[in-house]
Amino acid sequence: MIWLTWRQFRAAAAMMTAALAVLAAVLGLTGPGLADDYSTGIADCTTQSGGCSDFVQRFFQDHQDPFLAVTAVVLVLPALIGLFWGAPLITRELEAGTHRLVWNQSITRTRWLTVKLGLTGLAAVTVAGLGSLAVTWWSSPIDKAGAYDYPRIGPLLFATRGIVPIGYAAFAFALGVTVGMLLHRTLPAMAITLAVFLAVQIAMPLLVRPHLLAPTRSNVEITTSNLEGFGAPRNGLMQARAVAADTDAWLLSSHTVDASGHAVDTIPLSASSGPCSTSKLEPPFAACLAEIKRLGYRQQMTYQPASRFWPFQWYETGIYTALALGLAGFCFWRIRRRLS
Amino acid sequence: MIEFHLDDRSGLSPYLQLVRQVRQALRLGLLRKGDQLPTVKDVVARLAINPNTVLKAYRELEHEGLVAARPGVGTFVTATLADASLAAHDPLRQELRRWLAKAHRAGLDEESIEALFMTTFRTAAQEDIA
Amino acid sequence: MTAVLQAQGLGKRYSRHWALTDCTLDIPAGRVVGLVGPNGAGKTTLLSLAVGMLAPTSGSIEVLGGRPGASPAQLAKVGFVAQGTPTYAGLSVTDHLRLGARLNPGWDDALARDRTGRLGLDPARRAGNLSGGQRAQLALTLGIAKRPELLILDEPVAALDPLARREFLQGLMEAVAEQELSVVLSSHLVADLERVCDYLIVLVDSRVRVAGEVEELLATHHRLTGPHRDPTRLPADQHLVAASHTDRQTTLIIRTDAPIHDPAWTVGQISLEDLVLAYMNKPTHTDTGRNDRPALEVQR
Repeated sequence: MIWLTWRQFRAAAAMMTAALAVLAAVLGLTGPGLADDYSTGIADCTTQSGGCSDFVQRFFQDHQDPFLAVTAVVLVLPALIGLFWGAPLITRELEAGTHRLVWNQSITRTRWLTVKLGLTGLAAVTVAGLGSLAVTWWSSPIDKAGAYDYPRIGPLLFATRGIVPIGYAAFAFALGVTVGMLLHRTLPAMAITLAVFLAVQIAMPLLVRPHLLAPTRSNVEITTSNLEGFGAPRNGLMQARAVAADTDAWLLSSHTVDASGHAVDTIPLSASSGPCSTSKLEPPFAACLAEIKRLGYRQQMTYQPASRFWPFQWYETGIYTALALGLAGFCFWRIRRRLS
Repeated sequence: MIEFHLDDRSGLSPYLQLVRQVRQALRLGLLRKGDQLPTVKDVVARLAINPNTVLKAYRELEHEGLVAARPGVGTFVTATLADASLAAHDPLRQELRRWLAKAHRAGLDEESIEALFMTTFRTAAQEDIA
Repeated sequence: MTAVLQAQGLGKRYSRHWALTDCTLDIPAGRVVGLVGPNGAGKTTLLSLAVGMLAPTSGSIEVLGGRPGASPAQLAKVGFVAQGTPTYAGLSVTDHLRLGARLNPGWDDALARDRTGRLGLDPARRAGNLSGGQRAQLALTLGIAKRPELLILDEPVAALDPLARREFLQGLMEAVAEQELSVVLSSHLVADLERVCDYLIVLVDSRVRVAGEVEELLATHHRLTGPHRDPTRLPADQHLVAASHTDRQTTLIIRTDAPIHDPAWTVGQISLEDLVLAYMNKPTHTDTGRNDRPALEVQR
């Protein structure tokens, strides 16, 4: 059965290996250079007066396109695995009628599914793992440079770095096989698998991931050091915003709140008169900020700190793996039902 | 070695056809004492008929004392049919020749002669059985 | 002799439609069984139940003394060639033989190679590039080389040209002779079955109409022709299968074990094909078990 699984999987495996090889070559050739550029640049700029923010920004912008490209590859990979390795696993046999041939050899359906699911699933997670880890390694200088806009624990990077793509691939694969088993036809199975997978992938960062560990709440004064937004865009009233101390955190919500804790849009300080009047305003806006603080306005933020990146990676991979195993178990139960 | 054939339309059951063909071959001297009949496997592979049919035919011939089965080796002819009938062949053949000439003179073509012969032959054969 | 297939009240329902109803069979071993019936009669359903591809809705079925598809041992005893003789289009002939060897402990590789060699199947050729007849022969080789006790074939020659059909049956019969194989073969053409089958099952409209040894069926069924007569007046031991009338003549097909004494009838043999057709056309409300009307007075 191992031979038959390999023989049927050969072409798909060859294509994937070729693609991975190309990716590995590209990453392998450019990666060390990239890391060098970043480290020498950092070494240079820390000695300079302006600090590193200029260099870092420029570095990220220079490499933004390949960064997005490899991120897209890792993002799409689990879906492709689910669609092209998972969905056709059983439906291809059902559509061609070859299940009537192979299920009447001297092996049981359970054994047939065990080997097919096991070997192909193993290939799926290996591919996803290799891809993700290669990209994580290659992109780490760019990730550091772009950490302000794309924190590692934020939705885009979290899903495409580390080990969660392994969980995604396992889940997408198991999902494809299950949907194929229920629908019996390849194209509808692929469509439904994609739809369900996308739904889960969107639901995860919206509904589940924010609560994997209780988010950190902080209530900070708006000071010159953490001021982010400041001005009077509408009806002459002030707005002020602060950022979290942990700049690489995943910000879940951030509001300016008044003394009793209610979120407000504007602070009732006129922009035309008083300490915040525009004529008197110039950085560091000390007088205006002092007045804001006196009135009791603060910034309330809910976030997941960057330090939780790896715990979250393990938790989320665990969740997806459990889902994948659950689906696989369902498949084993279901295949013992007779399918003519 | 004798080669069997089946006529789907002869109205005779297949095993009887085989029996008759062996008897016919014995009569004509195509099969002699000691000759081996084709194996069941060979007959069946050529004719695509049920092996039990061949077994039944061979058993019938064995019952009539014409053949004997040697396990592991094959089925062999043990007797010939009354040679007396061979003696009748020549005069019968001459009579047949005369009849054919008559039929030709009467204006029958080859097909009509054959048809006439076959229908008469079959009817007579069925009357024999019934 | 052990039975090769035993079914008791076997039934299979899909949603609201009963594909097989109240099927009771006891097929002895060592036979080539023909399963004949029109399309949609339930032949594929019965065969799928016999190999374990389907589970019964009602009743039970036992094949070679075991539950179909229950274990590798049971699967090894029963070979199956499904409708359309499915093969893997992308795999070569050699690949298929390797599939058989890897997945069947009882695989006879010498037999498989000998067969494919004699049939002239190019080992490197993909199954998708073979002709229909060659694909059927490949599927048959896979079934035979597994050395099962029972080989089940679902309409294996339906789509084949006459030469391919003959060659397929030749190969099948050769295997039967060599391996003492029992065979169940379904078809909607009777002519295919007449040469090879010694046991017949007629399945019409999800029910078994008649089942028995071909010899016995041919010996006990007769065609009676005679002047026009009301067919309901038949002796107790004669069962009506089919009747047709013109204004002058009545033709009956009956089943009986006893001799027929009524001199008004001309008694004739019936061919297997006509027998099957008679059962296929028999209206369902005519019950052969129930006897019709009082006995006919026989005039001696």
